[in-house]
Amino acid sequence: MSITVRFFASLRERLGKGQDIIDSKGIANVADVWQACARIPFPDNVLAAVNMEYARTDQPVRDGDEVAFFPPVTGGAR
Amino acid sequence: MKIRLAADAFDPWQEIVRYQTEHPGLAGKFGATAVFVGTLRDFNQGETVQAMTLEHYAPMTQKHLERLTGEAASRWPIADMLVIHRYGELRPNEPIVLVACWAAHRDSAFAACRYVIDELKTRAPFWKQELTGKGRRWVEQEI
Repeated sequence: MSITVRFFASLRERLGKGQDIIDSKGIANVADVWQACARIPFPDNVLAAVNMEYARTDQPVRDGDEVAFFPPVTGGAR
Repeated sequence: MKIRLAADAFDPWQEIVRYQTEHPGLAGKFGATAVFVGTLRDFNQGETVQAMTLEHYAPMTQKHLERLTGEAASRWPIADMLVIHRYGELRPNEPIVLVACWAAHRDSAFAACRYVIDELKTRAPFWKQELTGKGRRWVEQEI
């Protein structure tokens, strides 16, 4: 009964970890996942994904899901 | 339609020739090939760039590249498409990304190629870390 959580780029370095496995008990949405993993408030411009799809913080999360948090993607200027 | 995430340096022009050779069914079906190649510069934001590391979220990258090439194929009548994107450590002058679109006519080839590279830049989860004379820096907004 677990949720896999992944962190990328500067967020990974800031939190000091690239992956977490958390107990899904008591986890309802993306915001709950963040709270279970990070000791800092959810930064405004951090993006989230659930099972490889961009997600909002109020999106429901279920047992077995993979949740990811990362900074804005960097595509570069046109 | 092919999408490849490449750990090692690639030659976009050889890749185009190889793809056409490996897909003989394409021959005669296209009159236009639009190609975009993105290459690593040796300067950015006033600093000399010695190298760049591209981090990505592999399964999500693959999924979103497949989706946006599919979108392009449904919007324009294209014959085929090849997308190759590097990850890992790159040196200046190495190609980062190739988008090649084959179509009967140039309008569709250009439009599909442009759509894929523009959408890729905002939707595919890649993050750039540059190595400059001052050390390593993430190319992104501060968080």
